[in-house]
Amino acid sequence: MATQSGIYHQTYESDMQLRPTTAQRVRMVLVIAFVLVLPLLVSQNEVRIVNKVMIAAIGAIGLNILVGYTGQISLGQGAFLAVGAYGCGLLMVYFQVPWGLALMAGALITAVVGGLFGLPSLRLKGLYLAVATLAAQQIVEWIIIRWDPIDGTIDGKATDALRIPSNFLFGNSAWRLNDNEYAFYYFVFVVLAIVVIGSVNLFRTHYGRAFIAIRDQDIAAEVMGVNLFYYKVLAFAVSSFLVGLAGGLTTIHSTAISFERFTIDVSIAYLAMIIVGGLGSISGAIYGAIFIEILPEILRSIGQALVQNRLVSDQVFVTVLPFVQQGTFGLLIILMLIVEPEGIRKLWSNIKDYFRLWPFSY
Amino acid sequence: MAFLSRFDRPYEAQRPPVHPLIIDKISLNFGGVRALNEISLRVDPGQIFAIIGPNGAGKTSLLNCINALYRPQMGHIMYGDVDLVKVPPHRLPRLGVARAFQNIELFSHMSVLDNLMLGRHIYMKKNLLQALFYWGAGQREEIEHRRFVEYVIDLLEIQSIRKATVGSLAYGLQKRVELGRALSLNPTLILLDEPMAGMNTEEKEDMARYILDIREEWGITVVLIEHDMGVVMDISDQIAVLEFGRLIAVGKPEEVRSNPEVIRAYLGQEYS
Ligand SMILES: Nc1ncnc2c1ncn2[C@@H]1O[C@H](COP(=O)(O)OP(=O)(O)O)[C@@H](O)[C@H]1O
Ligand SMILES: [Mg+2]
Repeated sequence: MATQSGIYHQTYESDMQLRPTTAQRVRMVLVIAFVLVLPLLVSQNEVRIVNKVMIAAIGAIGLNILVGYTGQISLGQGAFLAVGAYGCGLLMVYFQVPWGLALMAGALITAVVGGLFGLPSLRLKGLYLAVATLAAQQIVEWIIIRWDPIDGTIDGKATDALRIPSNFLFGNSAWRLNDNEYAFYYFVFVVLAIVVIGSVNLFRTHYGRAFIAIRDQDIAAEVMGVNLFYYKVLAFAVSSFLVGLAGGLTTIHSTAISFERFTIDVSIAYLAMIIVGGLGSISGAIYGAIFIEILPEILRSIGQALVQNRLVSDQVFVTVLPFVQQGTFGLLIILMLIVEPEGIRKLWSNIKDYFRLWPFSY
Repeated sequence: MAFLSRFDRPYEAQRPPVHPLIIDKISLNFGGVRALNEISLRVDPGQIFAIIGPNGAGKTSLLNCINALYRPQMGHIMYGDVDLVKVPPHRLPRLGVARAFQNIELFSHMSVLDNLMLGRHIYMKKNLLQALFYWGAGQREEIEHRRFVEYVIDLLEIQSIRKATVGSLAYGLQKRVELGRALSLNPTLILLDEPMAGMNTEEKEDMARYILDIREEWGITVVLIEHDMGVVMDISDQIAVLEFGRLIAVGKPEEVRSNPEVIRAYLGQEYS
């Protein structure tokens, strides 16, 4: 791997900086400028997809803290998203809690629930732990489907969906977060930025190091003074907080929520995100969220383009296309992992290394 | 290095008190296998204490008992007024006990620096919010401990590999990093399981020098398992000899060397 030379650190402070070079600072400014103007350049529907990606990125960062960094496999992602989503939603619907407060409370509740379901991690490892978290998934799904207060009523008829009241950013009805994609865009971007900064910081401190140490060598970590029980449960709680936050954001961003959004498929999709993006990496979680959320959209619009240009008939479109899309989606994931098993993050850093040395690459 | 330490001895701060290590009649069984049979030993503060014996004699098991990783069915291990048989393993660093393993057990995906920083874990006090925000109190604490770790890095002459991922390093260097991680705890008692195994002569000499240095400068008690009899006889104050879980001799190097039972059991083949 190539490293940048010519940078010497005079103090530990500067050596421990995150963005030491001017070039990187410039890039940060460009990224922020891009984020600010992006909504002006694309359609409302495209902003909606970007919003979904940002919510997924928050959830994937949460999952990566647990799975990628701490090495505790979880199949309960869907359940924890649901706890955050319903925690936030029920507080708003039944207790008229303001949405911002409900969002935070939902995340905190998820942290507690996640910590509880993390208790078996002291005894169980690997696939056995995965099965234990599967129990979380089943229990939560069951509760949502069976517990009546969670099923809202729409026009006097019972439904499976919980109807979400309007949430306004700045208390201004022009900025309705439920369906004004532009309003939600700026809001969720700020939340994502805070989550990214907090997570990156976490791994510059003894908390993050303890998590990674548990993943790499749990016995050695214990012998070095890391209380395995405390830090494993903490990893579950911190991870679940972010996942619950992502769940709550889904609620804020909806007019109604129902259990279909929080099934085991969702748990698996999130695992795919962090594996494809890069295990144990914040940026990897973001790349993975982009890949897994946007690819189906691209495949869908390709399909629509084919129909509009009459390359395939409507009948074929309706019956065959979903299978082709699913297949292509799966194929691309496999391809991605064959090209670079360590994920998009690694692929990207390989490309950067190549060009840093260009034209003297070897 | 030695001259620098006269002015700057970070290890003198925050140290728990030094105690003798008293192993009192411990026995350890694995199912029907008796790995340790009524072992009693006393290690005085500041000693280099070697444990030798053929493979499978129970040397590693003995260290694991001291480390609270194995629980002997009988006996006590006193360090100060604490019975190590009764405390959880993660408490030991706080009592001043550090360990380097026989099969390197480093955090292989972390940098050398982070491995050593993990050795400072028990001293870190910032709360989760300070960690998430980092700037301010959190950063100050990290830097304070970075100083200690840099001291250890200088001592072990691993400056050039500071930022390297541990898993990518040569075996001998990894052994050195593992010693560094244990030292970062600022221990009073350090348990080294075959710290020189698989090293060439030059690397062994370096390692022996580090062990002597830390004992001299830091006043650490060292308990080590080692197969190279030349090294063991050179650097140890006391040697205990194990065979099939039994203690067959303990004493100064020259006493152990001339002990007929030791010659029969162990030294006979390799060291006569
Ligand atoms: N975790 C364990 N489970 C079962 N038997 C063990 C375990 N650890 C050690 N033993 C047994 O205890 C004996 C001593 O092993 P060990 O302490 O590793 O020897 P040494 O370090 O002297 O080579 C051996 O017979 C070994 O098989
Ligand atoms: Mg051994």
